[in-house]
Amino acid sequence: MSTGSLSSPTVLAASRAVSRAARGRALILIASLLLAALCVTQVLHNLGVVGAGFADWRPIALAYLLWALALGRGLVLVRRERGHRALFLLPALLFTLAMVIFPTVFGLYIAATDWNLSSLTGVHFNVLGNFTTMLHDAFFWTALGNMVWYVLSVLAQYAIAFGLALLLNAEIRARKFFRVVFLLPFMLSPVAVSWMIGKSIMEYRFGPAATLARLLGWETPAFFATPWVARASIMAMDSWMWIPFVMVLLLAGLQALPHEVAESAKVDGANPWQAFWKITFPLMLPVSVTAVILRIIFELKLADIVINVTAGGPGGATDTVSSFIYREYRDRSNVGYGTMLAEFYLIIIIVFVSILLSVVSRWLRRVT
Amino acid sequence: MSAHAAAVARHTPRHRSRAARRLQRFGSHTLIYGALLLWAFISLFPIYWTITTSFKVAVDVTQGHLVPWLDFEPKWRGWRALGLSPQMLTMSSPSRDEFLLRFGNSVVAAVGAAVVAVVIGSLAAYGLARFEYRFGPWRNKDISFFFLSQLILPPVVLALPFLILYKELVLLDTKLGLIMVYTLMVLPIVIWIMRDQFMAIPYELEQAAYVDGATTWGAFLRIVLPIALPGMTAAFILSVILCWNEYFFAALLTSTDAKTLPVMVASQTGSQGIDWWTMAALSTAAILPLVLIGIFLERYIVKGLTAGAIK
Repeated sequence: MSTGSLSSPTVLAASRAVSRAARGRALILIASLLLAALCVTQVLHNLGVVGAGFADWRPIALAYLLWALALGRGLVLVRRERGHRALFLLPALLFTLAMVIFPTVFGLYIAATDWNLSSLTGVHFNVLGNFTTMLHDAFFWTALGNMVWYVLSVLAQYAIAFGLALLLNAEIRARKFFRVVFLLPFMLSPVAVSWMIGKSIMEYRFGPAATLARLLGWETPAFFATPWVARASIMAMDSWMWIPFVMVLLLAGLQALPHEVAESAKVDGANPWQAFWKITFPLMLPVSVTAVILRIIFELKLADIVINVTAGGPGGATDTVSSFIYREYRDRSNVGYGTMLAEFYLIIIIVFVSILLSVVSRWLRRVT
Repeated sequence: MSAHAAAVARHTPRHRSRAARRLQRFGSHTLIYGALLLWAFISLFPIYWTITTSFKVAVDVTQGHLVPWLDFEPKWRGWRALGLSPQMLTMSSPSRDEFLLRFGNSVVAAVGAAVVAVVIGSLAAYGLARFEYRFGPWRNKDISFFFLSQLILPPVVLALPFLILYKELVLLDTKLGLIMVYTLMVLPIVIWIMRDQFMAIPYELEQAAYVDGATTWGAFLRIVLPIALPGMTAAFILSVILCWNEYFFAALLTSTDAKTLPVMVASQTGSQGIDWWTMAALSTAAILPLVLIGIFLERYIVKGLTAGAIK
């Protein structure tokens, strides 16, 4: 008797918990089925198999949103505390999955076709055709070769940024002023910089940079006429905008260094040059590697200033892969081939960055 | 006596070396400040050039005048073409309407995306910093890596599929569409910054709140969030800057309605024979908000850039 009176609330609670979990599971299941049914209907509608369906895919996006809400509510019902915890992660995860998975998968499909927005003959599969076109596309390979130079220019940016970080870390007056001023180029929009520097300061007739170059003895200061000069000009602009980023990271690294290290170097009688190479530089290696790798990853996306200043000229000498593909879309509407190039470039990037990361981390482990 | 001699002997070389050291210090100071001023000039000159050029007329441009009032008289011509000069402000001006529309689009897209990214990014970062997740074989580390790996995706890879996707979703040339792309773009950065911020907050604070009966969400909203606010501000400002400057997606995905300021600037650059003063005024207007942010909020930008990268 006494046991019964004890257990009945427990049993009740347990059965309530079970029904709660069951309700949660049912909610998720129904929502998923509804979403799947809507998707299938819409696909069939677009293929012309069934008449029912929406004019566009917007309702499906809305359905995905509702499904996400139902999923969250269901998880809370089923898992309670763990469900609540999952709610923190779910919005970002579902958003990223929806925004990345579809374009990647669909991108693979586009890349396999001869899709041209201005062609009237429709879309056909054209994997081999795209691939052979790519192999024989001299402009694409030039652009890819240019990327090697652009990535190498990151090392020069790193050297300058390190110098600036050391200067800002020294005992100087008006440090705040210099820090703000040095950071400013990073804030400016690449498109505005394209005009400010590329199209006006470096302009052949009236630009102050051209005037200065004439004063220094270069009689025809055309910054974008010959391949190497043009590439160097683009690099200079790109460096101008990105050196602050590397500098900020290195400066933070320098400020995090323990003070005793510098003191002990001074006591040992090492001159600043030796102290830098023997002590500061090795200690800064991890930060340097982070900064350079981040910078390389961003450099691989370089496009805006090339599109707006040279449009890849002269003769593709300044083209980056991104700016080349951009023109393939914009000027030739060559969607299929452009996407093929983009996917190929993505594979190169992934391979390159993973090799870089593993080589660097192995090297760091050996050095430190 | 001998002590005195010793003192003198000790004193003289030190005296000489102090003079030498002072000379050396003077030299190194000159070098340091010289280098600092040179780079400050390199950083500031393009901005100075753009702002002053917006007050020039043709003669000042062709003759290479540099200093206002000294070698040229500032005129409002560039700003008048934008409809933003003092006497134009009272009149109606189609070019000003166009500019304000683009400016507004940029503000909506940048701020909207930054808000969304900071909200969902902070939530995810908190979850990743505090709880153990398991989705099949995926652990916290893999999920974090998944978010971070989005950073290496170049925009060109996503651009075309997005063009098609947005056409189907009727999101082409809408601000909502831009906000979604930009959110995707800055989300990894926000998660990176915020995960670092949350990890720096001691877990004991929440544990104390749990003892007092707070729920997971209650402890997060009432205890953790206020402490993490500076970090969130940093992430927000950095996101706004990145979105404000974005050009690639805006150029492909928007046309008449949702076109942003960088696309407007770029379309003006492309046309031949555009007046320099107008372009300069337009560029000035496009970079001025950022220059102001840079001057007044430098602390937060540096905090955002260095979070996670420096231990």
